[in-house]
Amino acid sequence: MEKLIEQFSFGLFFWQLLLFVGLLLLLRKYAWKPILGAVEKREEGIKDALEAAEAAKKEMQNVTADSEKLLKEAKAERDVLLKEAREIKESIIAEAKEQAQIEGDKVIKQAQATIEAEKKAAVADIKAQVANLSVEIAEKVIKEELSNKDKQLKLVDDMLGDIKLN
Amino acid sequence: MRYSFISKKLVAVTLLITGFVSAQGHEGEEVETGAHDLKTQIKEYIDHHLLDSHDFTLYSYTTDQGEHKYIGFPLPVILWDNGLKVFSSAQLEHGEGVAEAGGNYYALYHNKIYKTDAEGTINFGGHHGEETHSEDAFGENLVVDDSHPTNEKPLDFSITKNVVFIMLVGLLMFLMFRGVANNYKKNSLPKGVGRVLEPLVLFVRDEIAIPNIGEHKYKKYMSYLLTVFFFVWIINLLGLTPLGVNVTNNIAVTFALALITYLITTFSGNKNYWKHIFWMPGVPAPMKIILAPIELLGTFIKPFSLMIRLYANITAGHVVLMSIIGLMFIFKNWIGSPLSFVLAFALSLLELLVAALQAYIFTMLSALYFGMAVEEDHH
Repeated sequence: MEKLIEQFSFGLFFWQLLLFVGLLLLLRKYAWKPILGAVEKREEGIKDALEAAEAAKKEMQNVTADSEKLLKEAKAERDVLLKEAREIKESIIAEAKEQAQIEGDKVIKQAQATIEAEKKAAVADIKAQVANLSVEIAEKVIKEELSNKDKQLKLVDDMLGDIKLN
Repeated sequence: MRYSFISKKLVAVTLLITGFVSAQGHEGEEVETGAHDLKTQIKEYIDHHLLDSHDFTLYSYTTDQGEHKYIGFPLPVILWDNGLKVFSSAQLEHGEGVAEAGGNYYALYHNKIYKTDAEGTINFGGHHGEETHSEDAFGENLVVDDSHPTNEKPLDFSITKNVVFIMLVGLLMFLMFRGVANNYKKNSLPKGVGRVLEPLVLFVRDEIAIPNIGEHKYKKYMSYLLTVFFFVWIINLLGLTPLGVNVTNNIAVTFALALITYLITTFSGNKNYWKHIFWMPGVPAPMKIILAPIELLGTFIKPFSLMIRLYANITAGHVVLMSIIGLMFIFKNWIGSPLSFVLAFALSLLELLVAALQAYIFTMLSALYFGMAVEEDHH
C-alpha cells in the first residue's frame, strides 16, 4: 500500500482524467450517439418490417379464407342454378310431350273422320256404279237372250218349268 | 564439447525433476554469482518496466565500454515548481544527467523527478529517522532498500510514455469510432471495421448496460460505459505488445477511471439510493444506525475495488509474464528455456483473455453501480 501511494503519479492521474473526459465527450458527440442512433433506427426498422410481414401474412390468410368462402358460395349457387335449369328443362319437355300428344290425338281423330267420310262416299259411289253396271249387264244379257224365237220360247219353257216345280 | 552438452542435458533433466533447474552446480561458483546478478538485473528490469517513463524508449543496451545506449526519443517534461518549467527529457539522460530549468536543477531517481543541486545529489532519509546519508544520483552505489529520497519533488505534469499512449489510444478510438459512425450516414449496415466493432458496442449495450441499469435509464450511461470498455481493453492489449506500454498498471490511471465511476454513481443517485444508504428500509432502527456508516463506506469501497482490481490484475500479469521471460535467460539450457518460452506463450494467451475480461469487469461493475444508483423503490 505504501509503495502504491509512493508510486502514485499525480501528473499521470491529471492527464488520464483530462484526456479520458475529453475522449468521452468527443466520442459521445461524434461516435456513440450516431452509432447507437443508427443501430436503434435499424432495429426499429427491422421490428417494423417484421410486424408488417406478420400483418401481411395474416391479411393473406384472411384473403385466402375469403376467397375460399366465395368459391364455396359460387359453387353452391351454380349447383342451385343447374338444378333449377334441369327442372325447367324437364318440365318444358314434359309439357311439350303432353302438347304433342294432344295435338297428335287431334290430328289422328280428324284424319280418322276424314277417312270415314271418304270411305262412305267411296262405298256409295261403288254401290251406284255396281247398280248401273248390273242394270247394263242385265240389259245386255236380256237383249242377247231374246234376240231369236227359239231362245225366247226356251226361256218361257224354263220359266214355266220352274213354276211347275213350285 | 559433446560430452559436456550431454552431461548438461542430463543434469538439467535431473534438476528439473527435483525442481532446481537453475542451479547448475557443476559449472562452478563464478556462474552461480553471475546467475545471481542476472536475477537481480531481471528483477530491476521488471521493476523498471512497471514504472512510468519520461522517455519513449523502445530498446536499450550497454556497450562494451559500459556506456548505456537508448533507442527511442525524448518526451517533454512539464514541472510545476513555483512556475511552469518545461524542458526535454533528453536533458535528464535517463537518470544519468542533471537538467537545468529556470535556475533549478532536476534529476531522475527511480523514474521520478527530484529537485537537486547542480551535481544532482539525492539525499536519503532513513525509514525511522535513521542517519541521513547521501548517494550518488547516478546509482553506482547500492541503495538501502528502505530509504527514500528526501529531496523536494516538484509537481510533475510531464507527457510521459503512458500519457503518450493514452493520447494515442484516444486518437485511435476517436478515428475508429467516428469512421464507424460516419459509415451509418451512408448505409444502415456496418462496413469494414464496423462489422467487428458493432457487435462489441451491442454487447456493451445488451449484456452490460441494459441488464444492470434497466431498459429505461441505460441510455445516458452508454457513452461512459462504451468509452471505458474500449479504452481499458485497447490499452490492456497494447500492454501485451513488445512496445513496453503498461498504462493500466499505474494506480493513477485506474484511480482516475474509478473516480469517474464514483462521481457518476454519486451524482445519479436518486432518493431511493440514498435512503438505502442512510436509513435502510426494512430493518430495525438500531440496525439502521449501524448500517448507515457501513453503507456509506461501501460507496467508497466499490470504486476502490474497481481501481485495485484492474491495477492488480494487469500488474500481476506483467510481472509473471516478464519473470517467466526472464527465466529463459537464467536457465540457459535446453529444457528450461524452451519450457519457459512455452509457458510465456501460454501466459500471453491468458493475458489476452485477461485484457478483455478486466475491461468487461470494470464496465460491468460500473454499470451495476449505476443501476443501484438509479433503481426505483420496489416496496
